Amino acid sequence: MSDATNDSTVGAPARADDPQAQKRADQNVSKSGQMLAADGTPLKRSLARALRRQKLRALMLIAPLLIFVLLTFIAPIADMLFRSVENEIVPETLPRTVELLGSWDHESDEAPGGEVFEAFYYDMALAAQLKNHTRLGTRLNYETTGISSLFRQSGRDIEDIGDVYLDQFEDLNEAWEEPATWIALMGDPDWRAGYTEWFDDGQEGAPPGFRPSEAAEEMLPRTTAVYQNFATFTAGARRDSLAEDEPWPVAYTALYQDLMATPAAADAFDGDTAALLREAAGALSDFETVDFRSYFIDEIDEDWGDPNVWATIQTFSGPVTSGYFLNAVDMRQTADGAAMQPEDQQIYGLLFKRTLFMSLTIMGCCILLAYPVAYLLANLPMRTANLLMILVLLPFWTSLLVRTSAWKVMLQQQGVINDVLVWLGLIGDGSRLVMINNQFGTIVAMTHILLPFMILPMYSVMSTIPPSYVRAAKSLGATNWTAFWRVYFPQSVPGIGAGSILVFILAIGYYITPEIVGGTTGTFISNRIAYHISSSLNWGLAAALGTILLAVVLILYWAYDKIVGIDNVKLGG
Amino acid sequence: MAQTAENDAFVAFERVQKSYDGESLVVKDLNLAMPKGEFLTMLGPSGSGKTTCLMMLAGFETATHGEIKLDGRPINNIPPHKRGIGMVFQNYALFPHMSVAENLSFPLEVRKMPKAEREKKVQRALEMVQMGQFGGRRPAQLSGGQQQRIALARALVFEAELVLMDEPLGALDKQLREHMQFEIKRIADELGITVVYVTHDQTEALTMSDRVAVFDDGRIQQLAPPDELYEAPQNSFVAQFIGENNTLEGVVEEIGGNRCTVKLDNGNVIDAMPVNVARKGERTRVSIRPERVEFNPDLGPEAHTLDAQVREFIYMGDVFRTRLSVAGNDEFIVKTRNRADQVRFAPGETVKIGWKAEDCRALDAS
Repeated sequence: MSDATNDSTVGAPARADDPQAQKRADQNVSKSGQMLAADGTPLKRSLARALRRQKLRALMLIAPLLIFVLLTFIAPIADMLFRSVENEIVPETLPRTVELLGSWDHESDEAPGGEVFEAFYYDMALAAQLKNHTRLGTRLNYETTGISSLFRQSGRDIEDIGDVYLDQFEDLNEAWEEPATWIALMGDPDWRAGYTEWFDDGQEGAPPGFRPSEAAEEMLPRTTAVYQNFATFTAGARRDSLAEDEPWPVAYTALYQDLMATPAAADAFDGDTAALLREAAGALSDFETVDFRSYFIDEIDEDWGDPNVWATIQTFSGPVTSGYFLNAVDMRQTADGAAMQPEDQQIYGLLFKRTLFMSLTIMGCCILLAYPVAYLLANLPMRTANLLMILVLLPFWTSLLVRTSAWKVMLQQQGVINDVLVWLGLIGDGSRLVMINNQFGTIVAMTHILLPFMILPMYSVMSTIPPSYVRAAKSLGATNWTAFWRVYFPQSVPGIGAGSILVFILAIGYYITPEIVGGTTGTFISNRIAYHISSSLNWGLAAALGTILLAVVLILYWAYDKIVGIDNVKLGG
Repeated sequence: MAQTAENDAFVAFERVQKSYDGESLVVKDLNLAMPKGEFLTMLGPSGSGKTTCLMMLAGFETATHGEIKLDGRPINNIPPHKRGIGMVFQNYALFPHMSVAENLSFPLEVRKMPKAEREKKVQRALEMVQMGQFGGRRPAQLSGGQQQRIALARALVFEAELVLMDEPLGALDKQLREHMQFEIKRIADELGITVVYVTHDQTEALTMSDRVAVFDDGRIQQLAPPDELYEAPQNSFVAQFIGENNTLEGVVEEIGGNRCTVKLDNGNVIDAMPVNVARKGERTRVSIRPERVEFNPDLGPEAHTLDAQVREFIYMGDVFRTRLSVAGNDEFIVKTRNRADQVRFAPGETVKIGWKAEDCRALDAS
């Protein structure tokens, strides 16, 4: 027994007429007004400790589902949402170009100067070797058409520049053909020793990571960077190795430029390497050279002289972009900021409006058709109601594709309905109705498919409305209609609300049915999203469209909560 | 028993039958006539047809046969909303999406009454049930008893002359129920309305009604004022159903005028008043109320007495309840008032019991 209990027992008679004091003693309040448990710890802390085990248990029980949902639902959605702004590919593939292009004035009518082209040459040459340039071309093609083929072609031709230098270096001394020469030139001595050991021991496992020598880093920075890329690439590829393959042609361009910039580079090296470098440095003045800018514009593609191409690269050089979202609302990102798409390319606004309109129409049709059915179900005797309920649920047990295809059979021009109408003589054989591959077909098929989702919540709400309400209304003098409208209907509104939210949200993201029966005028935004996911592979735009769709649904849901109140939504009971 | 409808009856059932399935009758040949201003209770076990009768009167069920008249007019073909009958439902049926005032205003609105008049009437009705402050509340915010009052006010607000109540107090606790019984009776008397009240609670029926119709098996078994119902049951069902009752079974030995003698199954002979036995030799069930039995009676030389053995003595404060074994019946109860000179028996004692012949009614044997 605690002190508090004893205390209150002893003093009870004295306190009988002072309820405040009684309360204080019973509940053991500290001086600061905080509740205390019997042992003097604050009551809140005691309670939290007592509940911790229970909470832990509850958490462990839901953990499997939580992890499953996180991994298979939340994470992919978050990843897709992130794709709608992601633009890493541009700065990652063209790091040097992006840096230099920042200071280029996109309003000048000319392509940027030689420096930018030089940087672009290195970025492009490396990307071409790694086959990244086509992906980048595809990415930039979303913004300016034609860039994709420009990049693909340039990737093929760009080796020619390096080959010019490669041939001259090799003509000068055949040692430049030897991979070993390059290893000796670029590698740190310790790394070289380790690498040779690994190579001679039968190349088991991964080679030791390439480490450039200090001399190479200092004297030949361009070459080192290229060679570093080459080393990383060969280490990742099974069939290549540094000791067996000569570096990419771009390495020779880099070496030429490094030696031009630092003619005395050879002094930092020793032995054969130094001799080779000295020889090369002496011969450089006789080398045939390539001007990157004119080579790109004159030899590879004249489009490189088009400032629009460069403006596109400049505009989309950041790691994140609003370009996809702008595209999703029929706008585009230009170097001058956001602008509307040309009229003939504006489709998403129309699609969003159509999706909303059709979803609302389908919802309205569902309400009109489902209400009488739900009313009947709720007011029939149990046995009959159960039978009817099975009929309502029957569509659930049939494949969605089968149901949609059935509508195709019913509605097409040579289909059942048209045949019957022609047979009845209501329409001529030549003027058969077009009821499929348009909005009408989509609305009819989707209303049918989503109808159970409207009936079920309505039914579950209506079956909880006791018949005595309507009886009471009638006994009070209300006609059948008044009793229904003033008494029954208001109580069934929560069912309508629940069904409407369910049907609308299902409809707004529906894909299969509009794809099959929608034709061109009856498709939804989701069909466009699917197209970008699976055909055009523009996942960024697909993600942006999906994000907007999600936001629209959430806003409508919020608005519904504000206007009707989410408490009024009942799915049962 | 008023079997035929008088021409001036306010509510009249004439040979009314009701069947739901076409095979059995739920209400069999119902005849009932009510004068204006009467408080009539339909009492009976569940399934006896009393609620069906009420629903036919309200218009929610149609009579399979026969005629129901309201104020002289046949109403069989008049839809419920044109009958102008107020009704209080078992679960009150207050519209949950309307406030109390809107609930009360509803019957006036559908009668297209102007707003000012409506408000006045609603307020007056609320005050009548002492709920004047509650007009703005929702029904869900009221207690059961308060909802009950509102339901009553709503049935009265449009000045219906006939009000039907379908077990309106069933959901209330005992104390509140007793209070509301009094309240309903007071309001009904004040307004002079005619009330048909359905219940399965006999205390409720006895305390509130001018007349009680006891239903069983689709028929009115007896229609009488409460005292007559209790003291002079017409058949053994009513005797059993209303109040506490002792029964003994036997055969009529002699019958003449308002006296008969009955030979019980164990051979004893008792005096009784014949109610629905007519001939000598007929089987009968005699009914005696527990408080009319006397111990060691002094009833005259010809009167018969019975030997009884005390099984149990229960002290209940104001009364003693003694359970006896009499003529093969172990559940024979005698109630005696707690008077200073009243003997208190111990179990096992033997005692003589008897009663006045008019308190012992010889009824049908079924």
